[in-house]
Amino acid sequence: MNAKTARLRIRRGGGEGRAQYQEFSVPFEDGASVLDALLWIRSHLDASLAIRYSCINANVCKECTIAIDGVVNYACTTRLAGDRVMTLEPLPGKMQLRDLVSETRPPRERLR
Amino acid sequence: MTDLAVDVLIVGAGGAGMYAALSAASAGAERVLLVDKSFVGRGGATVMAQMTVAAALGEETPDEWSAHLDDTLAAGRGLCDGRLAALLCRDAPVRIREMGEWGTDWARRDNGRIAQVTAPGHSRPRCCYVDFLNTGPAVAATLRRQISRVGAIRRVSNLTVIDLVTAGGEVVGAVALDWEKGEAVTIAAKAVIIATGGLTRIFQRNSASANMGGDGYSLALGAGAELVDMEFVQFFPIGHLAPRLVGLDPIMWDPFRYKLGGRLLDGAGREFLADYGSDESAGYTTPRDLATYAINTEVAAGRGSPHGGVYLSFTHIPKPVLEAAFGPVIDRLAENGIDLGRMPVEVAPIAHYHMGGIAVDDAMVSTVPGLYAAGEAAGGANGANRLSGNAIPEALVFGAVAGRSAATFAAARKPNDWSRHLAAPAIERVRALADGRVGLSSAAVALEELREIMWRDAGPFRDASGLTGALARIGELQTALAEFAVAPGRRANPTLADWFELRASLGAAEAVVRAALARQESRGAHQRTDFPDTDPAWARNQRIRMTAAGAVAVV
Repeated sequence: MNAKTARLRIRRGGGEGRAQYQEFSVPFEDGASVLDALLWIRSHLDASLAIRYSCINANVCKECTIAIDGVVNYACTTRLAGDRVMTLEPLPGKMQLRDLVSETRPPRERLR
Repeated sequence: MTDLAVDVLIVGAGGAGMYAALSAASAGAERVLLVDKSFVGRGGATVMAQMTVAAALGEETPDEWSAHLDDTLAAGRGLCDGRLAALLCRDAPVRIREMGEWGTDWARRDNGRIAQVTAPGHSRPRCCYVDFLNTGPAVAATLRRQISRVGAIRRVSNLTVIDLVTAGGEVVGAVALDWEKGEAVTIAAKAVIIATGGLTRIFQRNSASANMGGDGYSLALGAGAELVDMEFVQFFPIGHLAPRLVGLDPIMWDPFRYKLGGRLLDGAGREFLADYGSDESAGYTTPRDLATYAINTEVAAGRGSPHGGVYLSFTHIPKPVLEAAFGPVIDRLAENGIDLGRMPVEVAPIAHYHMGGIAVDDAMVSTVPGLYAAGEAAGGANGANRLSGNAIPEALVFGAVAGRSAATFAAARKPNDWSRHLAAPAIERVRALADGRVGLSSAAVALEELREIMWRDAGPFRDASGLTGALARIGELQTALAEFAVAPGRRANPTLADWFELRASLGAAEAVVRAALARQESRGAHQRTDFPDTDPAWARNQRIRMTAAGAVAVV
């Protein structure tokens, strides 16, 4: 095993005011995904970090879509990088509900 | 706060829930509410189905639903509920053909017939599929399209039902958490169908989606309903273990074993299934419970692979054959650094499906009036071990029956005894937690611990001492629920969702452990190292319910 450290700069908060970023360091082994790191943060460093995910590994639910270094991608299939800081943000153009969670529900599936 | 009133509330929007919604609406229910804690039609287990769907279509060779039933009963090791198993097998063909008419693109032979392969435990080629690894997504997409066309069905995503509400021993509605707002929602319902899937997420190694934490079982227990066969968790034998694989479900290897065979090898490269009485010279035939037992025994004896599993090898298969069978999946494997022509992968058992569940009759009625169950959430059809390919037909067939039954019940029911004060304790709990709470530990951490405990002590191998220890720790965590921290901020608060998930998962875990402790024998998926033999006196089902004192107990 070759343990490395990923540095993730994550946009926090509920979309109001100035953007706030928080950086986390996460140990990982080659091949691990961004979602692996986010789940690790939730159970080891900060349970209040809000993320959307459902199928975890199969890449069928498409819920974990976020902006990774400015590019829209799936957290579950994007590999962690050990040699640089990765910036994670909620989807551009959608309402940020909390941290990396955007309002991505189809309008007909919301309570009103 | 939002207050809703409906004829039929369906909790969980996978295959069973979506089909139940269609069925309830076509049986005349005018207000059907279909809710999911994740996204409607995208969470749960249905979208994860990789390949096989068993139905006696007879497209490849003559077949009868009674032959499918014989195979289902044999796989269930004497514990299947015969009425439920018969319903599943009898109605599977019409449901599967209907999916085709609605647009599911079943794989076909050159002659246009639906392709059916032989999965382990089936006496003939009976399992149809959508290539490549697309069965679940295709079925889910078909159902999403169908429900979107029905005006009577209202869909809500990110709504987590946290408690059922009863009056006079009958279910009259529910209270849910609106995750986006962090508020309670009340739902007066003339009938409620639980279609929340299983509980495999409470085991550390699993093939589950995030919302398979056993919610439905805890909801049913809380409403006074009985659960059945809770000790029988199916451990899928060849879940992917190493190297790290992203973008593919860990149960993905099974379809390729149907097509190509593939050799299971111990850490030294030796085939071992024959040592356990299974001859695979003619193909992939070893049933799931036996394969899991064999692999775990090899690993326990120190003959495993480096990551604690065994090897699955396709290296003996010519490259063109591999490429034809795997299609585009070859490229996704390559992105993960896996070249099947040159290397084996490591596989190991993972929690995959729950045979147990809410006890229902063949109208999908639970032991509590007004409460129904469908799909994996319902127990009994599969006994001690589920036959490959029975999960999707079970979702559709049981969903159809549950929807019809619930709609009929709702139509005949007088305005029920719903009143908001019955929901007050649940509403108050949401309000109190949503305000945030300082605490030393978090439910997210406790959920991880629960998964480790369940894997170690209530997983593929069990004994009295491990199970007793697990029960004690589950009890401590239940007590600690009163103290876990909840972060401030109501909107989309993950710690609020964690708290309710942990509470539900602990209830489901307790039911599994109590049933496993009581069953002093080994049978199918339930393997006790302290009672290794199957005992004919145990050829019976166990039921679990909550006692008047609020304790979960075998009855």
